[in-house]
Amino acid sequence: MTYTADKPALAPSSDELRARIPGWGADLDPKDRPAVPRERFDRAASGAHWDFPDRQPEKEPRERSIEHGMLPPVFGTSVPLRGASGALRRYAYARYSEGRAAHWLLLVLADRVDAWESHLASLATLRPDNPITQTGVLSEVRHHPLASRRGTRVDRSHTWMDPVLVAGPWALVGGTAVLAVRRVLGRGSRRRR
Amino acid sequence: MKAMVYRGPYKIRVEEKPEPIIEHPNDAIVKVTLAAICGSDLHLYHGMMPDTRVGMTFGHEFIGVVERVGPSVQNLQPGDRVMVPFNVYCGSCYFCARGLYANCHNVNPNATAVGGIYGYSYTCGGYDGGQAEYVRVPFADVGPARIPDWMSDEDAVLLTDAMSTGYFGAQLGDIVEGDTVVVFGAGPVGLYAARSAWLMGAGRVIVVDHLEYRLEKARTWAFAETRNFAEYDDIVVELKRSTGHLGADVAIDAVGAEADGNFLQHVTAAKLKLQGGSPIALNWAIDGVRKGGTISVMGAYGPIFSAVKFGDAMNKGLTLRMNQCPVKRQWPRLFEHIRNGYLSPSEIVTHRFPLEHIAEGYHTFSAKLDGCIKTLIVP
Repeated sequence: MTYTADKPALAPSSDELRARIPGWGADLDPKDRPAVPRERFDRAASGAHWDFPDRQPEKEPRERSIEHGMLPPVFGTSVPLRGASGALRRYAYARYSEGRAAHWLLLVLADRVDAWESHLASLATLRPDNPITQTGVLSEVRHHPLASRRGTRVDRSHTWMDPVLVAGPWALVGGTAVLAVRRVLGRGSRRRR
Repeated sequence: MKAMVYRGPYKIRVEEKPEPIIEHPNDAIVKVTLAAICGSDLHLYHGMMPDTRVGMTFGHEFIGVVERVGPSVQNLQPGDRVMVPFNVYCGSCYFCARGLYANCHNVNPNATAVGGIYGYSYTCGGYDGGQAEYVRVPFADVGPARIPDWMSDEDAVLLTDAMSTGYFGAQLGDIVEGDTVVVFGAGPVGLYAARSAWLMGAGRVIVVDHLEYRLEKARTWAFAETRNFAEYDDIVVELKRSTGHLGADVAIDAVGAEADGNFLQHVTAAKLKLQGGSPIALNWAIDGVRKGGTISVMGAYGPIFSAVKFGDAMNKGLTLRMNQCPVKRQWPRLFEHIRNGYLSPSEIVTHRFPLEHIAEGYHTFSAKLDGCIKTLIVP
Protein backbone atom coordinates (compact mmCIF):
# COMPACT_ATOMS: atom_id res chain seq x y z
CA MET A 1 0.00 0.00 0.00
CA THR A 2 0.95 3.62 -0.37
CA TYR A 3 2.18 4.12 3.17
CA THR A 4 4.56 1.16 2.84
CA ALA A 5 7.04 0.29 0.06
CA ASP A 6 4.76 -1.72 -2.23
CA LYS A 7 2.56 -0.25 -4.93
CA PRO A 8 -1.16 -0.84 -4.31
CA ALA A 9 -2.06 -3.96 -6.33
CA LEU A 10 -5.05 -2.57 -8.22
CA ALA A 11 -4.21 -3.34 -11.86
CA PRO A 12 -5.11 -6.62 -13.60
CA SER A 13 -2.19 -8.89 -14.51
CA SER A 14 -0.31 -8.32 -17.76
CA ASP A 15 -1.48 -11.70 -19.09
CA GLU A 16 -5.09 -10.75 -18.46
CA LEU A 17 -4.63 -7.40 -20.24
CA ARG A 18 -2.80 -9.00 -23.18
CA ALA A 19 -5.72 -11.37 -23.68
CA ARG A 20 -8.34 -8.63 -23.49
CA ILE A 21 -6.86 -5.58 -25.26
CA PRO A 22 -5.68 -5.62 -28.91
CA GLY A 23 -1.96 -4.89 -29.13
CA TRP A 24 -1.40 -4.66 -25.37
CA GLY A 25 2.33 -4.32 -24.75
CA ALA A 26 3.32 -4.06 -28.44
CA ASP A 27 5.41 -1.00 -27.57
CA LEU A 28 6.51 -2.19 -24.16
CA ASP A 29 10.15 -1.82 -25.16
CA PRO A 30 10.98 1.92 -25.40
CA LYS A 31 13.20 1.08 -28.43
CA ASP A 32 9.99 0.43 -30.40
CA ARG A 33 8.60 3.88 -29.60
CA PRO A 34 9.22 6.39 -32.39
CA ALA A 35 9.48 9.35 -29.99
CA VAL A 36 12.36 7.72 -28.06
CA PRO A 37 14.93 9.18 -27.69
CA ARG A 38 13.58 12.69 -27.92
CA GLU A 39 16.36 13.96 -30.17
CA ARG A 40 17.86 11.77 -32.87
CA PHE A 41 20.46 13.51 -35.00
CA ASP A 42 20.08 12.38 -38.61
CA ARG A 43 20.43 14.92 -41.40
CA ALA A 44 19.10 12.52 -44.04
CA ALA A 45 16.01 11.24 -42.21
CA SER A 46 13.67 14.01 -43.29
CA GLY A 47 14.19 13.79 -47.05
CA ALA A 48 15.54 17.35 -47.30
CA HIS A 49 18.12 17.67 -50.09
CA TRP A 50 19.49 21.06 -49.06
CA ASP A 51 21.60 22.44 -46.21
CA PHE A 52 19.60 25.62 -46.20
CA PRO A 53 16.38 25.96 -48.21
CA ASP A 54 15.96 28.30 -51.18
CA ARG A 55 14.45 31.59 -50.12
CA GLN A 56 10.81 32.29 -50.91
CA PRO A 57 10.53 35.76 -52.55
CA GLU A 58 9.46 38.43 -50.05
CA LYS A 59 6.91 40.26 -52.21
CA GLU A 60 6.00 42.70 -49.46
CA PRO A 61 7.71 43.42 -46.14
CA ARG A 62 7.03 40.44 -43.90
CA GLU A 63 6.62 41.09 -40.18
CA ARG A 64 8.69 38.84 -37.95
CA SER A 65 9.48 38.16 -34.32
CA ILE A 66 12.48 40.16 -33.10
CA GLU A 67 13.71 36.92 -31.54
CA HIS A 68 14.58 35.73 -35.07
CA GLY A 69 18.03 36.61 -36.40
CA MET A 70 16.67 36.94 -39.93
CA LEU A 71 13.55 36.35 -41.95
CA PRO A 72 13.13 32.56 -42.21
CA PRO A 73 13.33 31.30 -45.79
CA VAL A 74 9.72 30.11 -46.04
CA PHE A 75 6.57 31.70 -44.65
CA GLY A 76 2.83 31.93 -45.05
CA THR A 77 1.17 34.64 -47.09
CA SER A 78 -2.47 34.02 -46.25
CA VAL A 79 -3.57 37.52 -45.21
CA PRO A 80 -0.93 40.30 -45.31
CA LEU A 81 -1.12 43.18 -42.81
CA ARG A 82 -3.76 45.80 -43.58
CA GLY A 83 -5.72 48.61 -41.90
CA ALA A 84 -5.62 49.62 -38.23
CA SER A 85 -5.27 46.00 -37.13
CA GLY A 86 -2.26 45.70 -39.43
CA ALA A 87 -0.63 48.75 -37.83
CA LEU A 88 -1.17 47.27 -34.35
CA ARG A 89 0.25 43.93 -35.41
CA ARG A 90 3.25 45.54 -37.11
CA TYR A 91 3.99 47.46 -33.91
CA ALA A 92 3.58 44.36 -31.70
CA TYR A 93 6.10 42.43 -33.83
CA ALA A 94 8.57 45.31 -34.21
CA ARG A 95 8.59 46.43 -30.58
CA TYR A 96 8.05 43.44 -28.28
CA SER A 97 9.58 39.97 -28.14
CA GLU A 98 7.46 36.86 -27.61
CA GLY A 99 8.60 36.96 -23.98
CA ARG A 100 6.59 40.12 -23.32
CA ALA A 101 2.91 40.05 -22.43
CA ALA A 102 2.46 43.29 -24.38
CA HIS A 103 3.33 41.46 -27.60
CA TRP A 104 0.51 38.97 -27.24
CA LEU A 105 -2.05 41.32 -25.73
CA LEU A 106 -1.53 43.77 -28.61
CA LEU A 107 -2.02 40.90 -31.08
CA VAL A 108 -5.23 39.87 -29.30
CA LEU A 109 -6.44 43.48 -29.43
CA ALA A 110 -5.57 43.62 -33.13
CA ASP A 111 -7.65 40.48 -33.68
CA ARG A 112 -10.72 42.23 -32.25
CA VAL A 113 -10.02 45.36 -34.33
CA ASP A 114 -9.57 43.17 -37.42
CA ALA A 115 -12.97 41.53 -36.86
CA TRP A 116 -14.69 44.90 -36.55
CA GLU A 117 -12.89 46.37 -39.56
CA SER A 118 -13.87 43.34 -41.59
CA HIS A 119 -17.50 43.37 -40.45
CA LEU A 120 -17.82 47.05 -41.37
CA ALA A 121 -16.09 46.56 -44.71
CA SER A 122 -18.40 43.64 -45.51
CA LEU A 123 -21.42 45.95 -45.21
CA ALA A 124 -20.16 47.72 -48.33
CA THR A 125 -20.09 44.48 -50.33
CA LEU A 126 -22.76 42.34 -51.97
CA ARG A 127 -22.17 39.72 -49.28
CA PRO A 128 -22.25 41.36 -45.84
CA ASP A 129 -21.47 39.28 -42.77
CA ASN A 130 -24.43 37.24 -41.62
CA PRO A 131 -24.13 36.24 -37.96
CA ILE A 132 -26.88 33.65 -38.33
CA THR A 133 -25.45 31.56 -41.14
CA GLN A 134 -21.82 32.19 -40.17
CA THR A 135 -22.19 30.94 -36.59
CA GLY A 136 -23.69 27.69 -37.84
CA VAL A 137 -26.42 28.06 -35.27
CA LEU A 138 -28.94 26.72 -37.79
CA SER A 139 -27.40 23.29 -37.28
CA GLU A 140 -29.04 23.22 -33.83
CA VAL A 141 -32.36 22.22 -35.40
CA ARG A 142 -31.03 19.01 -36.91
CA HIS A 143 -28.67 17.98 -34.12
CA HIS A 144 -30.76 17.42 -30.99
CA PRO A 145 -30.19 20.75 -29.22
CA LEU A 146 -32.05 19.81 -26.05
CA ALA A 147 -31.08 16.15 -25.71
CA SER A 148 -27.44 17.07 -26.37
CA ARG A 149 -27.44 19.47 -23.45
CA ARG A 150 -28.96 17.12 -20.90
CA GLY A 151 -26.84 15.28 -18.35
CA THR A 152 -23.73 16.38 -16.54
CA ARG A 153 -22.34 19.00 -18.95
CA VAL A 154 -20.45 21.61 -16.96
CA ASP A 155 -20.42 24.17 -19.78
CA ARG A 156 -24.08 24.99 -19.17
CA SER A 157 -22.95 27.51 -16.54
CA HIS A 158 -21.55 29.82 -19.17
CA THR A 159 -23.09 28.94 -22.55
CA TRP A 160 -25.60 31.76 -22.02
CA MET A 161 -22.72 34.17 -22.61
CA ASP A 162 -21.99 33.00 -26.15
CA PRO A 163 -25.11 34.43 -27.86
CA VAL A 164 -24.67 37.65 -25.88
CA LEU A 165 -21.05 37.97 -27.00
CA VAL A 166 -21.79 37.12 -30.64
CA ALA A 167 -25.07 39.00 -31.12
CA GLY A 168 -24.55 41.70 -28.47
CA PRO A 169 -22.23 43.97 -30.44
CA TRP A 170 -24.48 43.72 -33.52
CA ALA A 171 -27.53 44.63 -31.42
CA LEU A 172 -25.60 47.49 -29.82
CA VAL A 173 -24.46 48.93 -33.14
CA GLY A 174 -27.91 48.44 -34.69
CA GLY A 175 -29.64 50.09 -31.73
CA THR A 176 -27.19 53.00 -31.77
CA ALA A 177 -27.72 53.45 -35.52
CA VAL A 178 -31.53 53.47 -35.10
CA LEU A 179 -31.28 56.01 -32.29
CA ALA A 180 -28.94 58.21 -34.35
CA VAL A 181 -31.25 58.12 -37.39
CA ARG A 182 -34.30 58.93 -35.24
CA ARG A 183 -32.44 61.81 -33.64
CA VAL A 184 -31.39 63.25 -37.03
CA LEU A 185 -34.92 62.85 -38.41
CA GLY A 186 -36.38 64.37 -35.23
CA ARG A 187 -34.08 67.38 -35.53
CA GLY A 188 -35.15 67.82 -39.18
CA SER A 189 -38.87 67.71 -38.38
CA ARG A 190 -38.42 70.21 -35.51
CA ARG A 191 -36.66 72.60 -37.91
CA ARG A 192 -39.53 72.27 -40.42
CA ARG A 193 -41.99 73.23 -37.69
CA MET B 1 -11.78 27.70 -55.43
CA LYS B 2 -14.11 27.23 -52.47
CA ALA B 3 -12.54 27.62 -49.04
CA MET B 4 -13.59 27.99 -45.44
CA VAL B 5 -12.84 31.55 -44.33
CA TYR B 6 -12.62 32.95 -40.78
CA ARG B 7 -14.78 36.06 -40.25
CA GLY B 8 -14.16 36.69 -36.53
CA PRO B 9 -14.83 34.73 -33.32
CA TYR B 10 -17.55 32.07 -33.78
CA LYS B 11 -18.06 33.11 -37.40
CA ILE B 12 -16.88 31.37 -40.56
CA ARG B 13 -18.20 31.04 -44.09
CA VAL B 14 -17.33 29.49 -47.42
CA GLU B 15 -15.91 31.92 -49.98
CA GLU B 16 -14.44 31.84 -53.45
CA LYS B 17 -10.67 32.42 -53.05
CA PRO B 18 -7.89 32.42 -55.62
CA GLU B 19 -6.24 29.00 -55.93
CA PRO B 20 -2.89 28.85 -54.11
CA ILE B 21 0.25 29.23 -56.22
CA ILE B 22 3.77 27.79 -56.07
CA GLU B 23 5.62 30.34 -53.92
CA HIS B 24 8.82 28.35 -53.35
CA PRO B 25 10.62 25.81 -55.57
CA ASN B 26 9.81 22.95 -53.17
CA ASP B 27 6.11 23.76 -52.88
CA ALA B 28 3.31 21.48 -54.06
CA ILE B 29 -0.32 22.37 -54.62
CA VAL B 30 -2.59 19.64 -53.28
CA LYS B 31 -6.23 19.14 -54.22
CA VAL B 32 -7.90 18.28 -50.93
CA THR B 33 -10.03 15.13 -50.92
CA LEU B 34 -10.79 14.92 -47.18
CA ALA B 35 -10.20 17.19 -44.21
CA ALA B 36 -11.12 17.23 -40.53
CA ILE B 37 -11.92 19.72 -37.80
CA CYS B 38 -9.49 19.35 -34.92
CA GLY B 39 -10.25 20.24 -31.31
CA SER B 40 -7.50 22.82 -31.54
CA ASP B 41 -9.32 24.47 -34.47
CA LEU B 42 -11.84 25.50 -31.83
CA HIS B 43 -9.19 27.72 -30.19
CA LEU B 44 -9.01 29.62 -33.49
CA TYR B 45 -12.76 29.55 -34.00
CA HIS B 46 -13.31 31.01 -30.54
CA GLY B 47 -10.74 33.76 -31.18
CA MET B 48 -8.29 32.52 -28.55
CA MET B 49 -5.15 32.26 -30.69
CA PRO B 50 -3.37 35.59 -31.13
CA ASP B 51 -2.94 36.89 -34.70
CA THR B 52 -5.71 34.88 -36.30
CA ARG B 53 -6.62 37.11 -39.24
CA VAL B 54 -10.01 37.51 -40.83
CA GLY B 55 -9.78 35.85 -44.24
CA MET B 56 -7.59 32.91 -43.16
CA THR B 57 -8.55 29.36 -44.06
CA PHE B 58 -8.21 26.84 -41.23
CA GLY B 59 -7.52 23.12 -41.43
CA HIS B 60 -4.35 21.24 -40.47
CA GLU B 61 -5.77 17.73 -40.90
CA PHE B 62 -6.15 16.93 -44.58
CA ILE B 63 -5.24 14.50 -47.35
CA GLY B 64 -5.43 14.99 -51.09
CA VAL B 65 -3.99 14.50 -54.55
CA VAL B 66 -0.92 16.37 -55.78
CA GLU B 67 -2.02 18.87 -58.43
CA ARG B 68 1.25 20.70 -59.24
CA VAL B 69 4.81 20.68 -57.92
CA GLY B 70 7.59 23.28 -57.81
CA PRO B 71 10.81 22.84 -59.85
CA SER B 72 12.92 21.38 -57.01
CA VAL B 73 10.43 18.71 -55.92
CA GLN B 74 11.90 15.21 -56.44
CA ASN B 75 9.79 12.82 -54.40
CA LEU B 76 6.23 13.63 -55.49
CA GLN B 77 4.47 14.05 -58.78
CA PRO B 78 1.03 15.19 -59.88
CA GLY B 79 -1.57 12.52 -59.24
CA ASP B 80 0.06 11.15 -56.09
CA ARG B 81 -2.41 10.52 -53.27
CA VAL B 82 -0.82 12.09 -50.20
CA MET B 83 -1.32 12.56 -46.48
CA VAL B 84 0.16 15.76 -45.10
CA PRO B 85 1.37 16.12 -41.48
CA PHE B 86 -0.01 19.18 -39.73
CA ASN B 87 3.57 20.41 -39.25
CA VAL B 88 5.08 22.69 -41.89
CA TYR B 89 8.83 21.99 -41.63
CA CYS B 90 12.01 22.34 -43.65
CA GLY B 91 13.73 19.08 -42.69
CA SER B 92 17.17 20.72 -42.46
CA CYS B 93 17.37 23.23 -39.59
CA TYR B 94 18.93 22.50 -36.17
CA PHE B 95 15.65 21.15 -34.84
CA CYS B 96 14.53 19.16 -37.89
CA ALA B 97 17.97 17.50 -38.10
CA ARG B 98 17.25 16.12 -34.62
CA GLY B 99 13.75 14.90 -35.46
CA LEU B 100 11.93 17.78 -33.77
CA TYR B 101 9.84 18.51 -36.85
CA ALA B 102 7.19 20.41 -34.89
CA ASN B 103 9.83 22.91 -33.79
CA CYS B 104 11.23 23.88 -37.21
CA HIS B 105 13.07 27.21 -37.22
CA ASN B 106 12.81 27.95 -40.95
CA VAL B 107 9.07 28.25 -41.56
CA ASN B 108 7.61 30.70 -39.07
CA PRO B 109 8.72 34.35 -39.04
CA ASN B 110 6.03 35.31 -36.54
CA ALA B 111 7.26 33.27 -33.59
CA THR B 112 10.30 31.31 -32.50
CA ALA B 113 8.30 29.53 -29.78
CA VAL B 114 6.29 27.45 -32.23
CA GLY B 115 6.93 25.91 -35.65
CA GLY B 116 4.71 26.12 -38.71
CA ILE B 117 1.19 24.72 -38.79
CA TYR B 118 -1.26 24.74 -41.70
CA GLY B 119 -4.25 27.01 -41.20
CA TYR B 120 -3.35 27.92 -37.66
CA SER B 121 -3.01 31.71 -37.39
CA TYR B 122 -0.04 33.91 -38.13
CA THR B 123 1.42 32.94 -34.77
CA CYS B 124 2.02 29.58 -36.47
CA GLY B 125 3.39 31.04 -39.68
CA GLY B 126 0.47 32.50 -41.63
CA TYR B 127 -0.26 29.47 -43.82
CA ASP B 128 -3.71 28.72 -45.19
CA GLY B 129 -5.10 25.31 -44.28
CA GLY B 130 -6.84 22.39 -45.90
CA GLN B 131 -10.51 23.10 -45.26
CA ALA B 132 -10.62 24.16 -48.89
CA GLU B 133 -10.47 22.68 -52.36
CA TYR B 134 -6.73 23.33 -52.74
CA VAL B 135 -3.84 24.06 -50.39
CA ARG B 136 -0.21 25.12 -50.73
CA VAL B 137 2.11 22.49 -49.20
CA PRO B 138 5.63 23.84 -48.58
CA PHE B 139 8.61 21.43 -48.56
CA ALA B 140 6.80 18.78 -50.55
CA ASP B 141 9.88 16.51 -50.42
CA VAL B 142 9.80 16.52 -46.61
CA GLY B 143 6.30 16.57 -45.11
CA PRO B 144 3.79 14.69 -47.27
CA ALA B 145 3.83 10.92 -47.74
CA ARG B 146 2.05 8.75 -50.30
CA ILE B 147 -0.92 7.03 -48.71
CA PRO B 148 -0.40 3.24 -48.71
CA ASP B 149 -2.87 1.45 -50.99
CA TRP B 150 -4.30 -0.56 -48.11
CA MET B 151 -5.10 2.49 -45.98
CA SER B 152 -8.54 4.12 -45.98
CA ASP B 153 -8.91 7.85 -46.55
CA GLU B 154 -10.46 8.30 -43.11
CA ASP B 155 -7.62 6.53 -41.32
CA ALA B 156 -5.11 8.55 -43.36
CA VAL B 157 -6.64 11.93 -42.50
CA LEU B 158 -6.74 11.04 -38.81
CA LEU B 159 -3.05 10.16 -38.89
CA THR B 160 -2.17 13.71 -40.01
CA ASP B 161 -2.70 14.92 -36.44
CA ALA B 162 -5.15 13.43 -33.92
CA MET B 163 -4.06 9.77 -33.99
CA SER B 164 -0.37 10.65 -34.16
CA THR B 165 -0.74 13.21 -31.37
CA GLY B 166 -2.54 10.78 -29.06
CA TYR B 167 0.11 8.10 -29.68
CA PHE B 168 2.87 10.67 -29.13
CA GLY B 169 1.20 11.79 -25.90
CA ALA B 170 1.25 8.27 -24.52
CA GLN B 171 4.94 7.98 -25.42
CA LEU B 172 5.81 11.19 -23.59
CA GLY B 173 4.33 9.60 -20.47
CA ASP B 174 7.26 7.14 -20.45
CA ILE B 175 4.82 4.41 -19.44
CA VAL B 176 6.26 1.23 -17.95
CA GLU B 177 4.47 -2.09 -17.51
CA GLY B 178 1.67 -1.91 -14.98
CA ASP B 179 1.50 1.90 -14.77
CA THR B 180 -1.76 3.62 -13.95
CA VAL B 181 -2.38 6.25 -16.63
CA VAL B 182 -5.03 8.94 -16.25
CA VAL B 183 -6.11 10.75 -19.40
CA PHE B 184 -7.87 14.09 -19.06
CA GLY B 185 -10.27 14.64 -21.97
CA ALA B 186 -12.23 12.04 -23.95
CA GLY B 187 -12.05 13.89 -27.24
CA PRO B 188 -10.23 12.34 -30.22
CA VAL B 189 -6.70 12.89 -28.86
CA GLY B 190 -7.65 11.64 -25.40
CA LEU B 191 -9.30 8.51 -26.82
CA TYR B 192 -6.28 7.80 -29.03
CA ALA B 193 -3.90 8.41 -26.12
CA ALA B 194 -5.90 6.01 -23.95
CA ARG B 195 -5.74 3.27 -26.62
CA SER B 196 -2.04 3.93 -27.15
CA ALA B 197 -1.27 3.71 -23.42
CA TRP B 198 -2.23 0.03 -23.52
CA LEU B 199 0.28 -0.59 -26.33
CA MET B 200 2.99 0.66 -23.97
CA GLY B 201 1.95 -1.72 -21.22
CA ALA B 202 -0.31 0.34 -18.97
CA GLY B 203 -1.95 -1.62 -16.18
CA ARG B 204 -4.88 0.74 -15.78
CA VAL B 205 -6.16 3.57 -17.97
CA ILE B 206 -8.61 6.05 -16.44
CA VAL B 207 -10.28 8.66 -18.67
CA VAL B 208 -11.76 11.83 -17.14
CA ASP B 209 -14.36 14.03 -18.86
CA HIS B 210 -17.81 15.49 -18.21
CA LEU B 211 -19.54 14.38 -21.42
CA GLU B 212 -21.18 11.02 -20.77
CA TYR B 213 -21.35 9.99 -24.43
CA ARG B 214 -17.60 10.47 -24.79
CA LEU B 215 -16.90 8.56 -21.58
CA GLU B 216 -19.03 5.74 -22.99
CA LYS B 217 -16.72 5.70 -26.04
CA ALA B 218 -13.71 5.64 -23.71
CA ARG B 219 -15.14 2.57 -21.97
CA THR B 220 -16.21 0.64 -25.06
CA TRP B 221 -13.58 1.67 -27.59
CA ALA B 222 -10.55 2.51 -25.47
CA PHE B 223 -11.17 -0.20 -22.81
CA ALA B 224 -10.72 2.46 -20.11
CA GLU B 225 -12.17 3.05 -16.69
CA THR B 226 -13.89 6.42 -16.63
CA ARG B 227 -14.64 9.19 -14.17
CA ASN B 228 -17.18 11.91 -14.87
CA PHE B 229 -15.67 14.84 -12.99
CA ALA B 230 -19.04 16.59 -12.82
CA GLU B 231 -20.22 13.82 -10.52
CA TYR B 232 -17.49 14.38 -7.96
CA ASP B 233 -17.03 17.27 -5.59
CA ASP B 234 -13.27 17.03 -6.19
CA ILE B 235 -11.88 14.86 -8.98
CA VAL B 236 -8.35 14.96 -7.53
CA VAL B 237 -9.55 13.30 -4.33
CA GLU B 238 -11.40 10.70 -6.41
CA LEU B 239 -8.23 9.94 -8.37
CA LYS B 240 -6.29 9.53 -5.15
CA ARG B 241 -8.98 7.29 -3.75
CA SER B 242 -9.00 5.20 -6.94
CA THR B 243 -5.24 4.62 -6.77
CA GLY B 244 -4.92 3.62 -3.15
CA HIS B 245 -4.07 7.24 -2.34
CA LEU B 246 -0.85 7.01 -4.36
CA GLY B 247 -1.94 9.00 -7.42
CA ALA B 248 -1.58 7.94 -11.05
CA ASP B 249 1.90 7.16 -12.34
CA VAL B 250 1.28 9.09 -15.54
CA ALA B 251 -1.20 11.82 -16.46
CA ILE B 252 -1.94 12.93 -20.01
CA ASP B 253 -3.56 16.34 -20.56
CA ALA B 254 -5.60 15.94 -23.75
CA VAL B 255 -7.73 19.00 -23.07
CA GLY B 256 -5.65 22.16 -23.32
CA ALA B 257 -6.91 25.70 -23.65
CA GLU B 258 -10.51 24.76 -24.35
CA ALA B 259 -11.21 23.38 -20.87
CA ASP B 260 -14.34 24.83 -19.37
CA GLY B 261 -12.75 25.33 -15.98
CA ASN B 262 -14.53 27.20 -13.25
CA PHE B 263 -16.48 30.34 -14.10
CA LEU B 264 -13.53 32.66 -13.44
CA GLN B 265 -11.12 30.54 -15.48
CA HIS B 266 -13.60 30.39 -18.34
CA VAL B 267 -14.21 34.13 -18.39
CA THR B 268 -10.53 35.11 -18.13
CA ALA B 269 -9.38 32.54 -20.69
CA ALA B 270 -12.11 31.82 -23.22
CA LYS B 271 -13.95 35.11 -23.10
CA LEU B 272 -11.43 37.82 -22.18
CA LYS B 273 -8.45 35.96 -23.75
CA LEU B 274 -6.25 37.03 -20.83
CA GLN B 275 -4.91 33.52 -20.22
CA GLY B 276 -3.44 31.12 -22.75
CA GLY B 277 -6.28 28.80 -21.86
CA SER B 278 -8.06 27.54 -18.79
CA PRO B 279 -5.43 25.25 -17.21
CA ILE B 280 -7.80 23.27 -15.02
CA ALA B 281 -6.99 19.92 -16.65
CA LEU B 282 -3.27 20.55 -16.30
CA ASN B 283 -3.72 21.51 -12.65
CA TRP B 284 -5.75 18.36 -12.03
CA ALA B 285 -2.98 16.39 -13.72
CA ILE B 286 -0.37 17.98 -11.44
CA ASP B 287 -2.38 17.22 -8.34
CA GLY B 288 -3.76 13.84 -9.47
CA VAL B 289 -0.45 12.23 -10.43
CA ARG B 290 1.79 10.62 -7.82
CA LYS B 291 4.98 12.19 -6.50
CA GLY B 292 7.78 11.53 -8.99
CA GLY B 293 5.19 10.89 -11.71
CA THR B 294 5.12 12.11 -15.27
CA ILE B 295 2.74 14.49 -17.01
CA SER B 296 2.42 14.55 -20.76
CA VAL B 297 0.76 17.67 -22.14
CA MET B 298 -0.90 17.18 -25.53
CA GLY B 299 -3.65 19.75 -25.08
CA ALA B 300 -2.78 22.94 -26.95
CA TYR B 301 -2.38 26.16 -25.01
CA GLY B 302 -2.02 29.68 -26.35
CA PRO B 303 1.16 31.69 -25.93
CA ILE B 304 -0.21 33.94 -23.19
CA PHE B 305 0.59 32.91 -19.61
CA SER B 306 -1.71 30.47 -17.81
CA ALA B 307 -2.25 30.16 -14.06
CA VAL B 308 -0.57 26.76 -13.63
CA LYS B 309 0.13 25.24 -10.20
CA PHE B 310 3.84 25.05 -10.63
CA GLY B 311 4.63 24.88 -6.92
CA ASP B 312 2.87 21.53 -6.59
CA ALA B 313 4.70 20.22 -9.65
CA MET B 314 8.05 21.23 -8.15
CA ASN B 315 7.35 19.92 -4.67
CA LYS B 316 6.14 16.59 -6.05
CA GLY B 317 9.22 16.14 -8.22
CA LEU B 318 7.16 15.71 -11.36
CA THR B 319 8.47 15.34 -14.87
CA LEU B 320 6.50 17.51 -17.28
CA ARG B 321 6.87 16.54 -20.94
CA MET B 322 5.16 18.21 -23.86
CA ASN B 323 5.45 19.24 -27.48
CA GLN B 324 3.49 19.56 -30.63
CA CYS B 325 3.69 16.13 -32.23
CA PRO B 326 6.39 15.54 -34.88
CA VAL B 327 3.82 13.65 -36.93
CA LYS B 328 5.84 11.95 -39.63
CA ARG B 329 8.16 10.37 -37.06
CA GLN B 330 5.19 8.43 -35.71
CA TRP B 331 3.93 7.09 -39.02
CA PRO B 332 5.99 3.94 -39.74
CA ARG B 333 5.13 2.42 -36.35
CA LEU B 334 1.51 3.61 -36.47
CA PHE B 335 1.09 2.10 -39.94
CA GLU B 336 2.18 -1.25 -38.41
CA HIS B 337 -0.28 -0.92 -35.55
CA ILE B 338 -3.15 -0.17 -37.94
CA ARG B 339 -2.24 -3.09 -40.22
CA ASN B 340 -2.07 -5.39 -37.20
CA GLY B 341 -5.51 -4.27 -36.10
CA TYR B 342 -4.23 -2.75 -32.85
CA LEU B 343 -5.52 0.73 -33.75
CA SER B 344 -8.45 1.77 -35.92
CA PRO B 345 -8.54 5.60 -35.96
CA SER B 346 -11.65 6.07 -38.09
CA GLU B 347 -13.90 4.29 -35.58
CA ILE B 348 -14.34 7.50 -33.59
CA VAL B 349 -15.64 9.57 -36.53
CA THR B 350 -19.21 10.63 -35.81
CA HIS B 351 -20.00 13.37 -38.34
CA ARG B 352 -19.22 14.20 -41.96
CA PHE B 353 -20.11 17.62 -43.42
CA PRO B 354 -19.70 18.92 -46.97
CA LEU B 355 -17.42 21.97 -47.19
CA GLU B 356 -20.44 24.15 -48.07
CA HIS B 357 -21.90 23.43 -44.62
CA ILE B 358 -18.70 23.80 -42.62
CA ALA B 359 -20.14 26.55 -40.38
CA GLU B 360 -22.66 23.99 -39.15
CA GLY B 361 -19.87 21.45 -38.72
CA TYR B 362 -17.94 23.83 -36.50
CA HIS B 363 -20.98 24.70 -34.41
CA THR B 364 -21.97 21.05 -33.96
CA PHE B 365 -18.44 20.16 -32.86
CA SER B 366 -17.97 23.25 -30.68
CA ALA B 367 -21.35 22.95 -28.95
CA LYS B 368 -20.92 19.15 -28.68
CA LEU B 369 -24.30 18.47 -30.21
CA ASP B 370 -25.58 15.12 -31.36
CA GLY B 371 -22.88 12.99 -29.74
CA CYS B 372 -20.18 14.65 -31.80
CA ILE B 373 -16.65 13.34 -31.29
CA LYS B 374 -14.86 13.79 -34.62
CA THR B 375 -16.01 15.73 -37.65
CA LEU B 376 -14.75 15.26 -41.19
CA ILE B 377 -15.09 17.78 -44.00
CA VAL B 378 -15.61 16.65 -47.58
CA PRO B 379 -14.68 19.31 -50.19
